[in-house]
Amino acid sequence: MTILLSLQGVSKRFGGLQALMNVTFDLPEGQILGLIGPNGAGKTTLFNAINGVYPPEAGRIIFRDKDVTNTRPYDHARMGMARTHQIVQPLNELSVRENVMVGACFGHENQGLVNAAKIADEVLEFVGLTPRADQLAGNLNVAQKKRLEMARALAARPYLLLLDEVLAGLNSSEIDNMVQTVLKIREQGITIIMIEHVMKAVMNVSDRILVLDYGQQIAEGSPEAIARDEKVIEAYLGDPKLAEQLLEEE
Amino acid sequence: MKLWHRYSGLILPVLVVAALAIWPLVTGKPANRESAFTILKAVALASSLNMLLGYTGYVSFGHIVFYGFGGYVGIFLLTEKDWSLWTAILAGGIASGILAFLLGSAILRLRGAYFALATIGVNEAMRAFINNFDLFGGPTGITLNFSVYRTYGGAAQALQTSFYIGAGLALLALVMSYFVRSSKFGLGLLAIRENEDAAEVMGVVTPNAKTWAYVLSAIVPGMIGVLFFFKNGNVEPHDAFPLHASIELLVMVMLGGQGTVLGPILGALAYQGMRGFLVTSPVFKDIQLSVSGALLLAIVLFIPTGAIGWLRQRIPPLRRVLA
Repeated sequence: MTILLSLQGVSKRFGGLQALMNVTFDLPEGQILGLIGPNGAGKTTLFNAINGVYPPEAGRIIFRDKDVTNTRPYDHARMGMARTHQIVQPLNELSVRENVMVGACFGHENQGLVNAAKIADEVLEFVGLTPRADQLAGNLNVAQKKRLEMARALAARPYLLLLDEVLAGLNSSEIDNMVQTVLKIREQGITIIMIEHVMKAVMNVSDRILVLDYGQQIAEGSPEAIARDEKVIEAYLGDPKLAEQLLEEE
Repeated sequence: MKLWHRYSGLILPVLVVAALAIWPLVTGKPANRESAFTILKAVALASSLNMLLGYTGYVSFGHIVFYGFGGYVGIFLLTEKDWSLWTAILAGGIASGILAFLLGSAILRLRGAYFALATIGVNEAMRAFINNFDLFGGPTGITLNFSVYRTYGGAAQALQTSFYIGAGLALLALVMSYFVRSSKFGLGLLAIRENEDAAEVMGVVTPNAKTWAYVLSAIVPGMIGVLFFFKNGNVEPHDAFPLHASIELLVMVMLGGQGTVLGPILGALAYQGMRGFLVTSPVFKDIQLSVSGALLLAIVLFIPTGAIGWLRQRIPPLRRVLA
């Protein structure tokens, strides 16, 4: 089992707020790691640290045996890391196909335009956006924009895919669709970290779950173990419904 | 057929420039040649600015600095070092490119309005510097010795040659613009324009891409500067770095349609046509700059994508031809 990504004591502070405190974990190749925690727990900040958007103040991030603690997001992309954003960031005035081509052109395979267009069409087929390929990305609805984010990330053919709340704001049939898509991506051999609030989905899909609360890593383990973990239930107590949902998974 | 399709976006722009180059020949009037030269110069400058403004999304209020700086370097080499017009033009372009590279590395970290303000500062600082730089003649500038024109077959012939070089440079600018637009590098620039943070996350090496876009957008203006001041016979600080000319360039690009190859060309044509009418009209001749200011305001408010952008949105089949 090769370790794809390794975090060693990663900490990040924003002024008086300790957003991440000593986060440490290893992610083996081919796994899906679920990242959960109450609002403001530091989940997206952790993505931003892994991705190079906000370099951490302490700790090291090792990706494919290289230290990427202080490198820029484009370096990470070129090394084979791709991500989607919680708040979708489409390139509005470009077509859907062009959006995906950007991912293919500048990701770690560094494709030329002709190949990138082919990859874009394949990936759009995969996420079900083929009929929209020639529309401007700005004209898509939210569910489609989430799929576009995913398509752009996949077109880079990454080793590691960071999915930030791809299920938020989707209705239940859209969620089922997206979950199937995530599982299919794993079958292609891509390692995934996903931040998710839809507990049922994340519990079903993940091999392992990491729970953050106030920037601290309070639990890590299999979905079953996490659902029984007292610290996790306590962290969610401010939101009893979520705690219930967690318990229901047993 | 395939080739035709591939370069279909280049056809209209090339035809427009060719028509401008032939127009004085057909009508046979020297006055027409001067108007055509002014338009070709505007086409070259606007197309160059478009690579930064339209593709990369960075508003430069001081793009004329490259025209002035390149012009000064070229004219200096032409008069003091006896370089030929050709090598001086080339040197002017390279000098402006290097200036853009150095400036870009520093000020392209700024975004939005801060970058725009910095570009104004750069233009004014350059003007003040040249004003006090004795090698370039300080406030009086550099005047060409009339005998220089003899090498090019006398003054009349030199003007004629300059006109064709001008047409060539306009063509160069739009071919550059077209190939950048349809390249992978260009796709990266468009991604930066739409969302710089997202582009960076997708792997676009944004500092390099922006700097090279800035360099490319500076080269032809530098060359045009040398040609214009050669034709003019002298170069002075206030002719070389006029802030209002930078703003007029913005109006041209935005009027025609930023981010398209044809847009800045049509914008330059339309703007120069309007300007020609305004400066000769008794009512408007003193307030023609206010008219372009009002025009810029109207474009930004009502057709932010410019004429070509407006057409492309309404008639999708035109997209292939109106690249």
